[in-house]
Amino acid sequence: MATPKPRVKLPKTASAGEIITIKTLISHQMESGQRKDKNGDPIPRQIINKFTCEFNGTPVFSCDIDPAISANPYFEFNAKVPESGTFKFTWIDDDGSVYEHEAGIEVK
Amino acid sequence: MTINRRQALGLAAGAVAFAAAGLPGRPASASPEETQKRIAEFTGGKTPETGRLTLTAPEIAENGNTVPISIEVESAMEGDDVVEQVMILAEGNPNPDVAVFNFSEASGIAAATTRMRLAKTQNVIAVAKMKDGSTFIDQKEVKVTIGGCGG
Repeated sequence: MATPKPRVKLPKTASAGEIITIKTLISHQMESGQRKDKNGDPIPRQIINKFTCEFNGTPVFSCDIDPAISANPYFEFNAKVPESGTFKFTWIDDDGSVYEHEAGIEVK
Repeated sequence: MTINRRQALGLAAGAVAFAAAGLPGRPASASPEETQKRIAEFTGGKTPETGRLTLTAPEIAENGNTVPISIEVESAMEGDDVVEQVMILAEGNPNPDVAVFNFSEASGIAAATTRMRLAKTQNVIAVAKMKDGSTFIDQKEVKVTIGGCGG
């Protein structure tokens, strides 16, 4: 499987205290553990089981994920922006891999 | 050894029966009772109220592999009026758990959108837990044309 590639969409600027919408997507097959291969053997589960979003170190939103979330998990949520800073997004894979992405925002 | 048509048919039927019985089988779908149990665990035994939580899901999902769902809770997200968690459950999937969203005051609005898998036509349930301990529930039936749990 190709290395999962995170994609995040959020505005570059905001006014202080504004509530913005953040859209995130990561390419990941989210193998549910329910499927079988050609020989009828179950394909082991491998999903992203946790997603978190922090702003300047403060937790904004997080999600505990079960196999019922679709492949290429997509999350859309909101965040209140009090000041300029950096959003940090983290996805945690069943195999222990951690995928990270950062995006800055400027308060005008 | 020669096999006539009748024997061949019998053999084929037997093989099918064997295959059906011998398969570990697709896991039985989660029962509504199991879903109720999850809700009780989540709320600590309280009966959730309806009202402030809205679950948005399509009435008919053509493809059970990606069904868009949204939740929103009316809340100021300040002081005691903060949504802490929203759990999503699917009654008819092999496993009822879908996801748990954790919100904070920095979320601004308690709303989220994602895409989920549905194995068959079933109820999707959302349960919200507030900081003051109150709980809310909403559910929608989604009709699924093609199931999305592999097999």
